[in-house]
Amino acid sequence: MEKFTGKVWVLGDDIDTDIIIPTEYLALKTIDDMKQYGFCPLRPELAGQIQPGDIIVAGKNFGCGSSREQAPEIIKALGIQCVIAKSFARIFFRNSINNGLLLIEQPNLHDDIKEGDEITVVMNEHVDYNGKQYPIASLPENLMSIIQAGGLVKAMRKLNGLD
Amino acid sequence: MGETVIEKIIRNNVGKTVKPGDIVTVNVDRVMIHDIFIPFVAEKFEEMGFTKLWDPDKVVLIYDHLVPASQLDDTRHFHTGDAFAKKYGMKNVHRSDGICHQLMTEAGYVKPGNIVFGTDSHTTTYGCVGAFSSGIGYTEMASILGTGTMWIKVPETIKVVIEGELPENVMSKDIILRLIGDLGADGATYRALEFTGSTIKNMTVASRMTMANMAIEAGAKCALFTPDEKTAEYCEIELNDFQKSLVGDEDATYMKTITYRAEDFVPVMACPSQVDKIRNVSELEGTEIDQVFIGSCTNGRLEDLKAAAEVLKGKKVADYVKLIVTPASRKIYRQAIELGILDTLAEAGAMITHPGCGLCCGRAGGILTDGERVVATNNRNFLGRMGTSKVEIYLASPKTAAACAVAGKIVSPEK
Repeated sequence: MEKFTGKVWVLGDDIDTDIIIPTEYLALKTIDDMKQYGFCPLRPELAGQIQPGDIIVAGKNFGCGSSREQAPEIIKALGIQCVIAKSFARIFFRNSINNGLLLIEQPNLHDDIKEGDEITVVMNEHVDYNGKQYPIASLPENLMSIIQAGGLVKAMRKLNGLD
Repeated sequence: MGETVIEKIIRNNVGKTVKPGDIVTVNVDRVMIHDIFIPFVAEKFEEMGFTKLWDPDKVVLIYDHLVPASQLDDTRHFHTGDAFAKKYGMKNVHRSDGICHQLMTEAGYVKPGNIVFGTDSHTTTYGCVGAFSSGIGYTEMASILGTGTMWIKVPETIKVVIEGELPENVMSKDIILRLIGDLGADGATYRALEFTGSTIKNMTVASRMTMANMAIEAGAKCALFTPDEKTAEYCEIELNDFQKSLVGDEDATYMKTITYRAEDFVPVMACPSQVDKIRNVSELEGTEIDQVFIGSCTNGRLEDLKAAAEVLKGKKVADYVKLIVTPASRKIYRQAIELGILDTLAEAGAMITHPGCGLCCGRAGGILTDGERVVATNNRNFLGRMGTSKVEIYLASPKTAAACAVAGKIVSPEK
C-alpha cells in the first residue's frame, strides 16, 4: 500500500464519535448492523453513498468524544481507505491504529479540497491533488509494528503463539 | 531537572526518569470496563488467545449506561458480562450501584499515584485524587486484561493556576467550561492538564472530580490534582511519601501556564452543539427551555444535588418543564434521602431516577425531539446525544440548571 487513489468525502472540524456512530446504535450486535447509521446525525445519506476505496478528508480534531471503538471500525467497514485530517483526537487515534484504519495528518489539504475529487496518497511522503503535493509524516515505529502485524488482536495472537 | 505530576507518576511506575515524548510500557494498577463495551472486550480477549486475566482483582466491571435495560438487546450485555466475570474469577462487579466514574474512587478502586485505564473517555475523572487515568478502546483493554501492561507516550503538561475565592453563584463546572472554551475542543489533545492554586486547594474532591471528568472535552489525556488532606480523607488512606510528592516542581518544564483569578469567573453554558462553545449565562437569559437534567459523572454528586435543592427549596419547577434528577451512585442517593435533599427536590416537582448514566447518553427516560431545548449538567452536548439531532443541549452547573428549571427559561443563578 505504498500508493493509492480514491474519491474524497469532505467533513468539517470536530467530527465527534456521536456523529460517527450515535450511542443508540452501539448495542446492535455487529459492526455490519451499525454501519448504515454512520455519520447519520450530520449526513444521514452518507453511509449509503460511500464506496469501497473512498477517502475522508476532514478538519481538526477528527474523532473527538467517546472511547467507542465502533467509530473507526464503522469507518473501515464502510470501505474508507484512510482518513486525512488536520488533527485527530487521542483515543480515536489509538483505536484506529489498533484496528488497522490508516490515519494521516495533513494541515492544508482540507482547505483546498472539493468533495467528489480524486486524490492519490503516496505513503510516508505526500498526497497528490490537483497538481499539488501536500507533505505527510511517516508513522512512528511502534505504531507501524502494530499495523504491520495487522492490528493489535493479531499482534497478541502472535504473542500467545496462535498465529 | 524538575518534574511535572504526570512525569512523577510514570517515573514511579516504570522505575526511571521520563520526559515528554518518551514511549514507555507501564504496569497498570486498575482497569474499568462498563456495560456497553464488555461484550466487545470479552470477544477480543478470547480472539487474542488469552486464557486468564493478568490479575482478576485489578479488573472492575460496572453496569451503568444500560441499567435498567430500556431496549430488548441491552440485557445481552449483562449476560455476557456476568458470564465473563464468572469464567475468569472476577469479584469486582457492580450491577446497579451507580456510574462507573463515581464508583471507581468512591468504592476505593483508585488511589493517588495509580495508573488506571477504562473503556470510557471520561476515565480522566480519577485525576481528582492524583491518579493518571485515561480512556482507551476495547481492543487495548483486552490486551491489558491479558498482559497487565500498556504502551503510552509521556505527555507534555499544561499548568492551570487558579487563585482566589469563587463568587457564590459559580461552581467548579463554570471553571472547567470556561477553560475548555479558552483552550478549544482540541486545545489539550495528547497533553496532561495540571491544576494548582489556592482556589483548587480549597475545593472539595467532588468539585475537582467535575473538572477532571471534563478534561477530555479539551482533548486532554489526563487531568491531575495534587493529593492533599482532603484526598486522604476521601480515599480513607494516609498519604505515603510518593503520594505527597505529587506536586509539580518549580523547575519542571510546562508547555504553557494559564492563570485565572477566581473572582473573575461567572456562570457559563456550553451552547449547542460543541462543548467549547462557551457563553456567559447572562447573554443567554430568556431562552425558553423544555427540560432540565441534573446528574451524570460530571455533576451527580451530593454537593451538586444539595446546590440544586438550595435553589429549589420552597419553589416550583415551571409549568411544561420536566426536571430530571439522577444521583451518580446508590451511596449518594441514600445520603441525599437522609439529608432530606431528595424530598426538597421532589416537593419542587423533580422526577428522581435510579443512579446511573441516565439521560447523559440518551439511553434512559427523558429523550427529546426536534426543536426542544434542555439545560443539562453532564459533559457533552453533541448532536443527537439526547434524542434527535435537532435537540438543543446547553451544559451548565447544577446551580444554573436548577435556577433555569424554576424560571422555565435560561437565567443566571442568584449571587
